Amino acid sequence: MTDPTLKNIDQDVVREEARKARWSVLNEFWHYFSANKGAVLGLCIFGFMILMAVLAPLIAPHDPNLQNRDAFLVPPVWQDGGSWAYMLGTDAVGRDILSRLMHGARFSLFIGVVVVTISLIGGILIGLIAGYFRGWVDTLIMRVMDIILAFPSLLLALVLVAILGPGLVNAMIAIAVVLQPHFARLTRAAVMSESNREYVTSAKVAGAGHMRLMFKTILPNCVAPLIVQATLSFSTAILDAAALGFLGMGAQPPTPEWGTMLAEAREFVLRAWWVVTFPGIAILVTVLAINLVGDGLRDALDPKLKRS
Amino acid sequence: MLKFLLNKLVLIVPTFIGITIVAFGFVRVLPGDPILALAGERGVEPERYQQLLVQFGFDRPIWEQYFTYVIGLFQGDFGTSIATKRPVLNEFMTLFPATVELATCAIIFATLVGIPAGIISAVKRGSWFDQLTMGTALAGYSMPIFWWGLLLIILFSGVLGWTPVSGRISLLYFFPQVTGFMLIDSLLSGQAGAFRSAVMHLILPTIVLGTIPLAVIARQTRSAMLEVLGEDYVRTARAKGLEQVQVVGVHALRNAMIPVITTIGLQVGVLLGGAILTETIFSWPGIGKWMLDSISRRDYPSVQGGLVLIALIVMVVNLTVDVLYGLINPRIRHQ
Repeated sequence: MTDPTLKNIDQDVVREEARKARWSVLNEFWHYFSANKGAVLGLCIFGFMILMAVLAPLIAPHDPNLQNRDAFLVPPVWQDGGSWAYMLGTDAVGRDILSRLMHGARFSLFIGVVVVTISLIGGILIGLIAGYFRGWVDTLIMRVMDIILAFPSLLLALVLVAILGPGLVNAMIAIAVVLQPHFARLTRAAVMSESNREYVTSAKVAGAGHMRLMFKTILPNCVAPLIVQATLSFSTAILDAAALGFLGMGAQPPTPEWGTMLAEAREFVLRAWWVVTFPGIAILVTVLAINLVGDGLRDALDPKLKRS
Repeated sequence: MLKFLLNKLVLIVPTFIGITIVAFGFVRVLPGDPILALAGERGVEPERYQQLLVQFGFDRPIWEQYFTYVIGLFQGDFGTSIATKRPVLNEFMTLFPATVELATCAIIFATLVGIPAGIISAVKRGSWFDQLTMGTALAGYSMPIFWWGLLLIILFSGVLGWTPVSGRISLLYFFPQVTGFMLIDSLLSGQAGAFRSAVMHLILPTIVLGTIPLAVIARQTRSAMLEVLGEDYVRTARAKGLEQVQVVGVHALRNAMIPVITTIGLQVGVLLGGAILTETIFSWPGIGKWMLDSISRRDYPSVQGGLVLIALIVMVVNLTVDVLYGLINPRIRHQ
């Protein structure tokens, strides 16, 4: 092993093998994931939503906040009185609903990304510490998580927003706090089942420190359930943020957030069905697509289900 | 069994302490002065401020304040509402039956539809019925229920004119509250049409609040049934020549129901959270709407009291489910 060339070759082979192994894992994953037609459909819809969100300023036919005094409550194009200028109609102050929905996609996806990132990082750190160190640290952390879970999540989020003040950013923080215990519990359970395995013991014997053991040895092997939970939390975050917006505690008007749009549309429920219907469809379709992907991910990543 | 029960009871003590700390801390982390927050928006005179300072005990050390607060809770003192000047517990108890009535109907609806749908899906795995049911269930699970409620109002109240838009009963009827449950009270009143009116008012909110539990129960029932149907004892039952109905209904169902019952129990938190949205849409005078109204009008004592009461209810129900689970599943009890 002292020959430098031999060492180089060895490393190349190792690197090549690692690359191949990674590919085969990805291949296997895609094989199981694509077997689930619903999941593939969900992924396509989700991709379309991302595209719409990114391109919103370019493809939206109108400014989402522009109020047209000549076009209050114009019905969608296929109804009497509708026009091609406003395909899905306009709301009570003459704003184009289609444009608002397109811009709303940006908010919903942004909410999902931010909330999941915050609660994922927080939950992983807390869960790792609890599961790795055990003892009183674990007991204390898990009791706190139990307390958060003792409150109905929407109620707790509402109260947090009452403390922080209404608004989109505060709503996201509140939802992240409420969702975080799920990640903590999941990470802790995974860490506890992994820590007694031989590879962890051997790393410990080889002299790895706490940090290395936690983050480089154990954590990568706990990723699968976290990915599934993150996907499901992404849809919960969108749903909860829309609910808070609907209750007047999330994004504030005139933000074209879908839940806030529904709140503004409430008084027109019996007069202009389109003002109420389309934002809800947008929420439902997005959340449904993400949940379909989540189901597919669980099928593909959960080895217990793979065999059946 | 007693040991199992005691273990469970010991576990809720820290949760109870935590809940009270959260509620106690809630008023203190609000931006601004807690007395001004508790006294409402109109503000107070300096003398009155001092008086309130002593009355609320803010002049004493924080741990003493907390103990006074918890002792108050045990004596039934959950604070006094700013909006109505009535004790929060009274307010809560007046409105609580409305929420219980709605939540009970919702969970009955969800169970009656969800369990059979789940069983049939499992038995006919892969059929069009299975695919349709599971697709619908996933849609129900993804449903923004506040929008779902509005949609049902447009269709059934607006277009078809079948059901009323809001409230618990038509204003034509007036009778004393005996139980607080409109269905029972309207029957007791003996007024013609009162019961029918109460039922009509209940239908849409029940469907809206029951949608997510229904989806969860149907999915859970299906997967529990699928697991059980593959077990040896089910194969034995089939091999004995028993009818499909007997195999599924007697041998499989009994064991599949264990996780389903837990799931139903865990829906209580979902129901109380969903009640905030459902009650707001249908102007249903229950605790969900009351909590939201209290938050909107900055009636912080009501929010604080409601928070503790709701969390305690969820905790007690979850404990009951845990104990029931232990009763029907000896493996859990003896762990």
